[in-house]
Amino acid sequence: MNRKTTEKIIEGGLALCGALTILVTLGIIWVLFSESVNFFSEVSIVDFLTDPEWTPLFTQKHYGILPLLSGTLLTTAIAIGTAMPVGLIIAVYLSEYAHKKFRSRVKPVMEILAAIPTVVYGFFALTVVTPFLQSFIPGVSTFNALSAGLVMGVMIVPMISSLSEDALFAVPKSLREAAYGMGSTRFQTSFKVIVPAASSGILVSIILAVGRAIGETMVVAIAAGQQPTLTFDPRQSVETITAYIVQVSLGDVQHGSLEYNTIFAAGITLFIVTFILNHISYWIKKRFQEKYE
Amino acid sequence: MSNATVNRAIDLLFKYTGIFCTLSALVILAIFLINIVSEGLSRIDWQFISSLPSRKAERAGILTAWTGTVWILSLTAIISIPFGVSAGIYLEEYGRKNRLASIVEVNIANLAGVPSIIYGLLGLEIFVRILNFGGSLLAGSFTLALLILPIIIVATREALKAVPKTLREASYGIGATKWQTIWYQVLPAASGGILTGIILALSRAVGETAPLIVIGALAYVPFVPTNPMDEFTVMPMQIFNWISRPQHEFLVNGAAAIIILLLITFIMNGIAIYLRNKWQKKINW
Amino acid sequence: MKIIEAIDVNAYYGENHALTNINIEIKENTVTAFIGPSGCGKTTFLRMMNRMNDYVEGFRKEGTLLIDGKDVYRKKVKLEELRQHVGMVFQRPNPFPKSIFENVAYGLRIRGVGNKKEIEERVEKSLKKAALWSEVKDSLHKSAYSLSGGQQQRLCIARTLAVKPSIILMDEPASALDPLSTSKIEELIAELKQQYTIVIVTHNMQQASRISDHTAFFYLGSLIEFDKTNVIFTNPANKQTENYITGRFG
Repeated sequence: MNRKTTEKIIEGGLALCGALTILVTLGIIWVLFSESVNFFSEVSIVDFLTDPEWTPLFTQKHYGILPLLSGTLLTTAIAIGTAMPVGLIIAVYLSEYAHKKFRSRVKPVMEILAAIPTVVYGFFALTVVTPFLQSFIPGVSTFNALSAGLVMGVMIVPMISSLSEDALFAVPKSLREAAYGMGSTRFQTSFKVIVPAASSGILVSIILAVGRAIGETMVVAIAAGQQPTLTFDPRQSVETITAYIVQVSLGDVQHGSLEYNTIFAAGITLFIVTFILNHISYWIKKRFQEKYE
Repeated sequence: MSNATVNRAIDLLFKYTGIFCTLSALVILAIFLINIVSEGLSRIDWQFISSLPSRKAERAGILTAWTGTVWILSLTAIISIPFGVSAGIYLEEYGRKNRLASIVEVNIANLAGVPSIIYGLLGLEIFVRILNFGGSLLAGSFTLALLILPIIIVATREALKAVPKTLREASYGIGATKWQTIWYQVLPAASGGILTGIILALSRAVGETAPLIVIGALAYVPFVPTNPMDEFTVMPMQIFNWISRPQHEFLVNGAAAIIILLLITFIMNGIAIYLRNKWQKKINW
Repeated sequence: MKIIEAIDVNAYYGENHALTNINIEIKENTVTAFIGPSGCGKTTFLRMMNRMNDYVEGFRKEGTLLIDGKDVYRKKVKLEELRQHVGMVFQRPNPFPKSIFENVAYGLRIRGVGNKKEIEERVEKSLKKAALWSEVKDSLHKSAYSLSGGQQQRLCIARTLAVKPSIILMDEPASALDPLSTSKIEELIAELKQQYTIVIVTHNMQQASRISDHTAFFYLGSLIEFDKTNVIFTNPANKQTENYITGRFG
């Protein structure tokens, strides 16, 4: 077999592996879509989007996604509200202020934080954070959104800080030299010049972090609860979209039944949200890269 | 107070805020670890590691959980590595800068951000139901393989990108074909980075729970799996199962199992970081 | 016997017209130097001969480039054979991250030469031809990076010689080297020309006048003058050539 044919065959084989990735996406879309169609043939989209109760497993069945959405939103908001300022401050500090030695010590620790399995964070939320909160905030229930949100925040900080740091690092030295040359303090240079220049990259890191928080399962399943409640009170027990899917998977729901199909309806909602977020951040990143290349 | 003084004060204030935030992260990590170790360390003994799960907390052990983890890790590696590395090679070395290539690129970026539980739903439908693997190790590892595929692809591409152009030039200059150049020169040079990426991806797979719950990994598995079609559980699932129970003894079991899981995770990440440092020094020739 | 022939060759990088109507004939067993200021197209033209420009996005060519009477850009050309026939030494030494022995053996191995003895013989012969053998014969299995810059460049030459080319292209081979290594390389070129045809791009005019038989002066993508070296450097026909030689610009 001559060289050229071998080369073509190898290239074809590799290309097939590349095409596999498209298959995966198509597979996800097909699975979610087809099962959701079954669901929506029995439950109207209007009900799905507006009913304030989600009780598919009770005798009085309601199929409104709002409680799950509010659970997801609440925990995500708390997580991002914690992680965004902290992550950014850490990123700016490490990038613009800290000594090389300090950076090189801290970065591995951040990597460790990011590597810890989420179920461990869930344990921590349940056994340490909740009791801690209960000790000085009245009305915090055993399962609550605040604990889960705060712990998710800690989990996400490394992601925001390292991605933002990369973005800050990519800003050309000449910009810093110009600012310092004019007598700016580090704080002024960082926040008036560097952060704005790196804003797309930082934005991307935040969007990705939001997607991460929305898709997080174990921390909320363990610490936030399995009671879908339409509320914005973080002390209460809530259920997120992801925790619901876990709840059903652990139970004995019949395959093909309407209750079973609810997990796909929940799943497709989740997928659409993260799909949009991922694409927005991808295009922002592309434009940002072109700016500095 | 003059402008300059105020500015300097703000600068100093931020500096301390930055140190505070950074150290807080370290402190919180330390609190986690101390808490978990203090809760669970005493529970770890040979009996714990070698026992099957049980309704009685004192008798329950992680045997099925860690054997399940080893199985899942091996199968996932076997499935994901060849496909992931090949796809990475194709995209980086062969993909033209055309519309198809950029669609695939967006696609991978998207897949990397899809919540892991969605992969569980995919696996449930395709591997468990349609292909009839049931809630088996095979279904679990295929599902996880798809999950970590984007990670391996991106790591492979980054490693290949880092190989200096002059190496490829020298190889082409002497008349090597594209594949010969990749196989004999580029891949060996990129192998450190690729390996690092693979280990990090697998370490992620070890800690995954949600997708496996969805495909039907069981909460209670009183036997050690012996073949890929067996039902199974893994460490994170066992942990989840135990800490979901009200009794304190199960919480302790959970903490003990967490220590072991963390050990596995840290060792894997440690190896990966060590390899990455070695490799990065090497390519600065 | 003309071995390299260019007929109305034009080259483009996207919109940039890099070479305009190049016509030249290079004879066998000669050393030809390409000189000219930066950006004049001499390297572009050199790299057309072994089709290394194929890897640059937006590269286009017109005209005919013949080597041994065969069109280098013909449809059915086998690049691997072309590059065995036409070897290249690059500006910065780029040995493979392998041992000295394996660097030279690489070209043989990828062509399926399996016989251990044959490989060893050819490696030794090439290293001798490249005037490197005596310095490395006892450490063939050491990494190529343990050699000095000048030695690495001679290793790259040995690597090219091992596959038995007839033409050797050199893209400023000594510009990254110290004067001593440079003179060693120049001695080597003088010896090699008995067996090979050499085309060398150089910024160093003294080097061109020392080692080449013919010299081609390029400027802004055109071939201004091509003649025997001593004519170019003592009595050039073209005013621009004279200005460049005497340092009035460049």
